[in-house]
Order: sequence, then C-alpha cells, then structure tokens
Amino acid sequence: MSKKSFRQAINEAMHQEMERDPNVILMGEDVAGGMGAPGEEDAWGGVLGVTKGLVGTYGRERVLDTPITESAFVGAAAGSAITGLRPIVELMFVDFMGVCFDQIFNQAAKFRYMFGGKAKTPLVVRTMYGAGFRAASQHSQSLYPVFTHIPGLKVAIPSSPYEAKGLLISAIRDDDPVIFFENKMMYDDEGEVPDEAYTIPFGEANLTREGKDVTIVAFGRMVNLANQAADALAKEGISCTVVDPRTTSPLDLDTILECVEDTGRLVVVDEASPRCNMATDIAAQVAQDAFAHLKAPVRMVAPPHTPVPFSPSLEDAYLPTAAKIQEAVRMTMNAAQREVA
Amino acid sequence: MSLQMSREELLHTYKTMRTIREFEERVHTEFATGEIPGFAHLYAGEEASAVGVCLHLDEKDSIASTHRGHGHCIAKGCDPKAMMAEIYGRKTGLCGGKGGSMHIADVAKGMLGANGIVGGGAPLACGAALTAKTLKTGGVAVAFGGDGASNQGTTAESMNLAKVWNLPLIFVLEDNGYAEATASAWSVSGTPVKRAAGYDMPGVQVDGHDVFAVAEAAREAVERARSGGGPSLIHVVFSRYYGHFEGDAMTYREKDEVENLRRTRDCLNLFRERVGEAKLLDAGELDAIDAEIKTLIDEAVAEAKAADMPDPLRDLETDVYVRY
Repeated sequence: MSKKSFRQAINEAMHQEMERDPNVILMGEDVAGGMGAPGEEDAWGGVLGVTKGLVGTYGRERVLDTPITESAFVGAAAGSAITGLRPIVELMFVDFMGVCFDQIFNQAAKFRYMFGGKAKTPLVVRTMYGAGFRAASQHSQSLYPVFTHIPGLKVAIPSSPYEAKGLLISAIRDDDPVIFFENKMMYDDEGEVPDEAYTIPFGEANLTREGKDVTIVAFGRMVNLANQAADALAKEGISCTVVDPRTTSPLDLDTILECVEDTGRLVVVDEASPRCNMATDIAAQVAQDAFAHLKAPVRMVAPPHTPVPFSPSLEDAYLPTAAKIQEAVRMTMNAAQREVA
Repeated sequence: MSLQMSREELLHTYKTMRTIREFEERVHTEFATGEIPGFAHLYAGEEASAVGVCLHLDEKDSIASTHRGHGHCIAKGCDPKAMMAEIYGRKTGLCGGKGGSMHIADVAKGMLGANGIVGGGAPLACGAALTAKTLKTGGVAVAFGGDGASNQGTTAESMNLAKVWNLPLIFVLEDNGYAEATASAWSVSGTPVKRAAGYDMPGVQVDGHDVFAVAEAAREAVERARSGGGPSLIHVVFSRYYGHFEGDAMTYREKDEVENLRRTRDCLNLFRERVGEAKLLDAGELDAIDAEIKTLIDEAVAEAKAADMPDPLRDLETDVYVRY
C-alpha cells in the first residue's frame, strides 16, 4: 500500500494485467506517441500521460499507436476481442464516441446476443469524461448514461485511485465489453492504493458514508463532492449515507433500495446532462420499488440541460458542487413529511 | 485465364456455389409465403465471389460479412441447415434464433457475422487480422463489403489502418451495381482500384461471374497477406438476381436485365461450360451435385419449419452477457 495518483493507479493496473496475460494489448491515439516521429520513443504515453512506460515494457506489438481513426481502431479492438485478444482501447475523450459509436453499440455490445451466446468480447474502452477542465462542449461531456442504456455493455466509473485500479483490473479480466470512465479532473488525485493486483467486483456498491437521515447516490468525481457535503451536513446534525454504485451497468439497485428504506430520503448526484441520466433512472426505480418508504420527494442534482460551457464563470456554475448537494439534502429534510410504511 | 484448381477444388467450388444458389432460391420462394420473419437480402448471382475467395481460407482465417451474408456464411463453412433454421427464427438456428438473416455468425469457424450496418464489418476484420498478426497464427482476415460500404468512412479508415499496421487483410469489394436502389456507377466516385492505390495497396478488378478469375485474384491476395505483405483489395464486379431485400420490385432496373444476366453471365453456367470444354468434370457429376444439394435444402427447410421457436421464458434474457 502506498499513496498513488489516479493516473498511476490506472497505469499500474494496465502494467500488471499486461504482464499477467500476454493476450492483453493496448491501442489508441498516442498511447505511446512518437510512432514514426523523429523524437522520443514513448513521447506522450497518451494525451494525459496515463499509458506512459507501457511501450517500453511490452513493445510496439502490444502497445499500438493508431492514426486518428476511432471507427477503425475501436472496431478493430472489437474484432480482435472476438478472435482471441483482450484489447484495452483508449478513446481519448468520450465525446469522440460520435465518430465510432456504431462499432461499440451495434457491433461489440451485441455480438454475444446476436450470435446466440457463442461469442465473447473481452474489450475495455478506457475514456475520459467530465467537465471542469475548461475544455468546452466537445471535450467535457459525461456520457455514461448513453452506454448504460445499451444492453451488452458494462459501464464502470471509478471515484478514487483505489477504485480505479481495482475496477480496471476487473474490467480487463471481464469477458464482456466494458466502458471505463475516467474523470479528467481526477488524474492527479492521490489515495492509498495496494501495490499488488486486486479486483473490485462490478455491480456491488460501496458505502463511503453511513447515516440515518438521507441517502445520497453519486458517481465518479461526484462521490467526493457527496462525501464533502455529507461531512458538512453532519455538523448541522443531518446524517447521510453516501452510495457509490461503482458501475452503472450492472447497477446495484438492491443496495440503493436498502439505503432508501433505512433513510426514507434520496438525493441522486449526477454529472451527466439532466434528461435520461442516472439520476432519473434511479429516481424512477426507487419510485417503483421503494415508494412506500419515501418520506420526501427524491431530489436530483445535475447540471442544466445545456452543452458544457467554456468560460470559467459559466462552467463553474454548470457543475454540481458540494453546496448544491447540501441544499438538495436540506430540501428533502424540510419537505412536508409523508406518513410512511 | 487458366483453370488452376485441383479436381477436389473444382468439385468443392461448384458444390458450394450450388449450395448458395439453391439456398437463396429457396429463401426467395419461402419468403413469399410469409413464413420467414423480418427481411432477407439474397446473394444469388454473386456466388463466385464468396466461393472464389473462401476457397483459399481455412478455420484459422476470419471473415466479416454484410447484410447480404448468406453466401459468405456457406462459403466459410457454416451449416446450411442451422442457417435456414436461424432465418426462420428457430431455437435450432445457428444463433438460437437471436440473430436472423442479418446476423448469422459462427465465430468458431471464423465467420464473424453478417452485418446489419453497411460498412460495419471492415473495422472488425482489421481486428481479426490484428489477432492473427499478434498471436502469429498465420491466419488472414477478409472484409467483404459492397459498393455501398465502399463509400462509408469505416471502409476508408480500415484501408488506411490495415496498411499502416501492415495487417494480413483482404478487402473484397462486391460491386453488384446497386446500393439499395442507387447505381454504383453514380454513387462511387473514382474506382475502388484507384482508391486502393491511394493507400499504396495492391488492387485488382475482376469479373465476378467468373469464379476462376475471383479465385486467381484471391489466391494472390491471400498469399500476400499470409507472407506478411499486407492488405490488398479485390473489386468484384457482377450483379444480383434479386432486389436489395425480398419484396423489392426492382423498379430501378431494366426490365430484362436480370433475365439477360441469368442467361449469359451466370457463374454456375459459366463454370459448367468452362470445365466441360476443358474436360475436367463431366455433366453427370455436376448433375449429381445439383440433386444432392436440392435434397439438402429441402431437408433444411423442412427441419427449420418443424423446429421449435425459442422459449420466451427461458431464452429472451439469456446471452446478453457472459456474466452480469
């Protein structure tokens, strides 16, 4: 165990899995960098340095720089996955799904079902998401609900360096296609991470705070904001449970329902656009399955229904914050009390 | 063009082309009865392409196919009976009735699926070729695609990637003259061979009614790929006998176009003439194959019709994930 950044945790997971299994390969734009160029061999290690050092250990045959051609290389990763490799493909920004989505949702996601269970597609698409980087509308989106919507895909969203390493190793060892969402604001976040390889199972939520008044469900970087909000609210005498589902597909609905049954109040925090996102999905499922336990209406904390803006003043206003989460929690506490079962 | 095939290859070629033809003619007839669900795109008239190419492939080689995929499946060794059952949506189908005509696949045989998305297969074929190259299996991959797919970005991207990565891959561009109801003469700018040249990739155009011409071009391209020489393109020019889909009245074609093709340019008739003239196989042998295949397809249809449908309670929600 030692302190590592989110970036190091992800890098270490790939290192250890590539060492463990020779069929694991990595491809993407500049995952090494410098291919065919006159300068350094491992020039970038990905645009934010996450894959640095892998090419030196595993060589150009397993760490493949690609042209800027997402449809071809994401599709090639899918094709290599059903024929025996275990590719990790880096889709630099999830916003670029627009130029390769067919290969993910019509091809990789559906092979197993369309082919009657006779194919497996051990594909990992690592991709950056999230606002706050002043990267504007085409490099900042939180598109995990789109992938969660597709049967056949799994979706993981780590909330810390520890979670990132364990979930990525699980993703690489998984025989189904996994879309792995890395929040670009978190690469330098540090935390305790075991040196050895370990897995964190998909579909098993983690409770980062336990309380009796309100359940807060949050994803990815929002988990940290939810924790901050919970700690501040504790000083006001409001005690919160914070649920990090870790994966949106599969989703650990059972744990969410149990927590709602205990607290009777729910706030869902989602960095994705507010329509048809994880917050609306969870709110609907809780309304269906735990309505009798709700003491107050469910509150959703999400950005407004706009593209992600560029100007810092607008982007800061766009994102959920710990203060907004606290306000939503107080609203559930102050709502007219329902008699509950 | 010489007939460079062993007697065994000649028989295999004829039999496989005949199987595809008989299969497709029967799907055409049976579709009209309304018993086949969904839609089907038939390969009749194009048999020489799938068979001429797949003649050089074995089970370590992979192909990615198209919406017009029945011929590729049969040529790559898929079981016609299981295919017919799949088209009927039966539990005994090659994909348990979950894929249908447009998604027939047999990954164990290197058949990576027909494909409902025009241009969807080329990137997948790049991946299969990458697996062969990385694991050093000696295998190659073939990306079948039509004139329609040739205009998709995925095809262009895959040609570039295949060349940049030096993949053991063959692009077989099956130009049957029409992308749906639009002529390839209008929709394809330039020529596929020139496009290949633009990627510094060898490319040839062949007469797709002549299985010997296709086989010759494919032999060269497959050998190049196997020996590390990288990707090639084969532009196969021919026509289809039926519409884009079953039920298409083909009002965009000339009235006697298909009739003339069947009379003068049919790949099976041309094969019979050529091997007859060269005294390589006699008509009796070929007639016997025709009879054998007719029986096979009769049985395939009868067995498919008699087979169970998938069970909604047991089968609807299975096979989405390996584990969830």
